[in-house]
Amino acid sequence: MTKKIVITGLGATTPLGGTMASTWDALLAGESGARTIEAEWVEQYELPVTFAAQARVAAADVLERVETKRLDPSSQFALIAGREAWADAGLTELAPERLGVEWATGIGGVWTLLDAWDTLRERGPRRVLPMTVPMLMPNGPGAAVGMDLGARAGIRTAVSACASSTESLVNAYDHLQAGDADVIIAGGSEAAIHPITIASFAAMQALSKRNDDPARASRPYDIDRDGFVMGEGAAAIVVETEEHAKARGAKIYAELIGGSVTSDAYHITAPDPEGSAAARAMLQTITNAGYDVSDVRHINAHATSTPVGDIAEFNALKRIFGDKLASIPVSATKASTGHLLGGAGAIEAAFTIKALETRTLPPTINLENQDPEIQVDVVTLPRSIEGDAVAISNSFGFGGHNAVAGFRTI
Amino acid sequence: MALSNEEVLAGLAELINDETGIAADVVAAEKSFTDDLDIDSISMMTIVVNAEEKFDVKIPDDEVANLKTVGDAVDFIVKAQA
Repeated sequence: MTKKIVITGLGATTPLGGTMASTWDALLAGESGARTIEAEWVEQYELPVTFAAQARVAAADVLERVETKRLDPSSQFALIAGREAWADAGLTELAPERLGVEWATGIGGVWTLLDAWDTLRERGPRRVLPMTVPMLMPNGPGAAVGMDLGARAGIRTAVSACASSTESLVNAYDHLQAGDADVIIAGGSEAAIHPITIASFAAMQALSKRNDDPARASRPYDIDRDGFVMGEGAAAIVVETEEHAKARGAKIYAELIGGSVTSDAYHITAPDPEGSAAARAMLQTITNAGYDVSDVRHINAHATSTPVGDIAEFNALKRIFGDKLASIPVSATKASTGHLLGGAGAIEAAFTIKALETRTLPPTINLENQDPEIQVDVVTLPRSIEGDAVAISNSFGFGGHNAVAGFRTI
Repeated sequence: MALSNEEVLAGLAELINDETGIAADVVAAEKSFTDDLDIDSISMMTIVVNAEEKFDVKIPDDEVANLKTVGDAVDFIVKAQA
């Protein structure tokens, strides 16, 4: 029998704020997290892109120094978000064997790896820190969260580029359905704003080059969009069986109705322009949960603000929703947060959950002239909804990964 | 100029504090790295390498296992400086 799965805790540290509450408030206020990068390496390497959406609150301002020394920044963000979500869920007594972690990262410990490479070349192997490998491994952030909370029902990490943390949420749903745990902390984190990644994404023509106006650079669906804005941070979501949540009298934000993972097998970076696999992920999320596409009343789109990507997602949406698409409000929150890569799915899921909880859809900033080829109802100012609603959050990643998670008001 | 035992102890306490957060005044000659200070092998190697740089000495990996207490490390470093 299918169990009802619910959301009972949220945590985040993002370019908009150091907590879930401050992030959500800044999102509703229409703020942008993008700024000029104040680091000497931007000039040193003459990077073609000089801005990004860096974490609003530095991890070092939150964690103990001893903690930061042994953790890559991607794990530091994970720990901050994980602790906040755990505290928010109000969980005090839980058998470690019933608590799991489903984490995600797109890139992993790139700063640790490349700092160690510099150390090796400049100062020799003796100076390479013994913690280098455990810090750079992609399962490091999930392990940090799980060790901190004593999770012994399995700590897993999904690595599927920008689809990673939506995939981790889908995995959490599946493992709770399978009875592997009562509570799972799902989420994702990324700390990859590094000259190498900027150079690579820029060479790919994937990044916005609007260097003179960072706050207005990420503009999904706008005719003048010219690429995504790199972001960093983490979001954590406490996912729990309804039975367990109710037994302990937990506050419930929303229901996680399920999710789906599909793959394009088309091109390593370009989305399949037909969008058939992406569409199938959306459809399966909705119908496997027993709903109809007409029940969907909000979409948090992947919408990274690249010329090609936004169109491909629109084509996928059109396949599923047809003429009904025009009446479904769509939010593209990367306009404010930038693109958190492996953390993107988790923060956008958190926004979708908050939207359902508060019946307030978050705005998409920077939409000045909507691309006429993308006919969707873009939410540009916070918008109220009433009654019950199903919502989906889309994430797509390099490698042709499609992951969709579905939620419902409670 | 070679440092005294007290100076090496103070310097080592700083390195231990930097790596583990253990208060420098807790670090004393008779304290065992593992049993008293709860320093794991990874932190120990980091402290050793930092000590090599700070005191300009070599501490061979084979020797590290013999450094049971803070005092053992201080004695080794003082001798190695000479």
